[in-house]
Amino acid sequence: MSGMTMSQKILAKHAGLESVRAGDLIEAKLDLVLGNDITSPVAIREMEKFNTKGVFDKSKIALVPDHFVPNRDIKSAENCKCVREFAGRYAIDNYFELGEMGIEHALLPEKGLTLPGDLIIGADSHTCTYGALGAFSTGVGSTDMAAGMATGKAWFKVPSAIRVELKGSLAPWVSGKDVILHLIGRIGVDGALYKSLEFAGDGVAALSMDDRFTIANMAIEAGAKNGIFPVDDKAVAYLDEHAPGKKWEVFSADPDAVYDETITIDLNTLKSTVAYPHLPENAHLAEESGDITIDQVVIGSCTNGRLDDLRIAARVMSGRHVAKGMRCIVIPATQQIYLQAIEEGLVKIFIKAGAVVSTPTCGPCLGGHMGILASGERCVSTTNRNFVGRMGAIDSEIYLASPAVAAASAVAGRIATPAVIGC
Amino acid sequence: MEQAYGKVHRYGDNVDTDVIIPARYLNTADPAELAAHCMEDIDQEFVKRVQPGDIIVADKNFGCGSSREHAPIAIKAAGISCVIAETFARIFYRNSINIGLAIVECPEAAKEIKAGDMVRVDFDSGKITDETTGKTYQGQAFPPFMQKLIDRGGLINYINGEEQ
Repeated sequence: MSGMTMSQKILAKHAGLESVRAGDLIEAKLDLVLGNDITSPVAIREMEKFNTKGVFDKSKIALVPDHFVPNRDIKSAENCKCVREFAGRYAIDNYFELGEMGIEHALLPEKGLTLPGDLIIGADSHTCTYGALGAFSTGVGSTDMAAGMATGKAWFKVPSAIRVELKGSLAPWVSGKDVILHLIGRIGVDGALYKSLEFAGDGVAALSMDDRFTIANMAIEAGAKNGIFPVDDKAVAYLDEHAPGKKWEVFSADPDAVYDETITIDLNTLKSTVAYPHLPENAHLAEESGDITIDQVVIGSCTNGRLDDLRIAARVMSGRHVAKGMRCIVIPATQQIYLQAIEEGLVKIFIKAGAVVSTPTCGPCLGGHMGILASGERCVSTTNRNFVGRMGAIDSEIYLASPAVAAASAVAGRIATPAVIGC
Repeated sequence: MEQAYGKVHRYGDNVDTDVIIPARYLNTADPAELAAHCMEDIDQEFVKRVQPGDIIVADKNFGCGSSREHAPIAIKAAGISCVIAETFARIFYRNSINIGLAIVECPEAAKEIKAGDMVRVDFDSGKITDETTGKTYQGQAFPPFMQKLIDRGGLINYINGEEQ
């Protein structure tokens, strides 16, 4: 019998099985169940229908109101209240109120709640982010969240995998966002449908943890069930800082693991990449974008609102000013990142450059609030989806890009690489 | 529910959950409110046209993007009895089953069935019949537990039913 992929080994372990194969239906024990202010109220309502006395483990549930907070309207406020009251009723350990919260997928790793070898489900599609730390984590809906909260289990169809072999290292101003946009451009928005994306190769070592979070985060935009990275010294250093004293188990793919295919990416050759409307697979080189003028830039989200992202954007914007009429919105992903950005002087650079800096929120990424687009407007955004109407009016346009390109574009007033504005 | 029968509403590739139910309406989870805005950003006439029992037919990767269960909830509450597609995005597939919305993968049917056709889906056998053209297609049959789950209106009711 052939070996297992890294994802399969984590699933087998949590199902109490010696081995699993692609296509097997298994029931597995969960280490963490996550929900936000949009998906949790639906799950909570479902759970109340359940013949259960409570939650399976109050320390293994995370509730993070982040999408429409600070409350954007009365209905959103009611949703947050529903989550808050549920967290209180069941004494949920990891409920994060405004002031402690952040965007869920930046917050939970920062709080040391996502560990290598963990099996995590979250009622949010970008739950796949934690694969950066060697966890099997995947997005589900509210009903699965409800069943997970009540029973601590979920059923899975064991995925096959695509191996993504990374070689070399990235050029200056090129980052994890360019890697994942390039990959999605190659395989399409359903290129990894139902599958794992397993990243490997000597190029992994050259990627920062924030790059890896960005890459794993957008695995879902290729249709993947999860994205996962090997656990190396950089990952362990991250865990030592954010999850001191915690124990975890490192899994790695068997040498004879079977993959549907292997895709090789030479990081040295990658250039700044932009996904044009209205799919993340519409990848183009930023330097070939010509004169695409823009109205707004968003730098933030669970994809690119981490400290490295803000540092890169600040380096581009330092001593420069956004173009006349440009609306540039910077959103640190967590309170900790926000504070660090203040202490490092990044916030000052943004404000002096004519950008605004918001409290952590998913906000404009999904057209919630804090930067909705009017008809015909264009935005360069470090977020993850450029679907029709995602950030506002149906005929508005979103161009997905890295923090470096987003910041340079804010200064230039059109899609631009840092080189264009003299960086 | 052993069969679905209704008029077809036709869509292409990569229909994402943002166009099925735009995030501006995600401050509610009320099925009727969500249904009133179903498909709004891809087909503004859908809610005026849709009749109870109607069927959606689409190409590949239907339901991609956000994990919002509000999307299959909106489709079901709008009266749709079954969604047929070449492929489904995985979270949408899971969510649909969990809330009791019948969905069938069938590339041939997805390719040939046209808007306005009257289509019947037999869940026991997985047979899809386009009664307008007379052609039949073989989709995957629903295993008994899945049929029961859809009958009972979703995973939670199903689990509760099994425990009793």
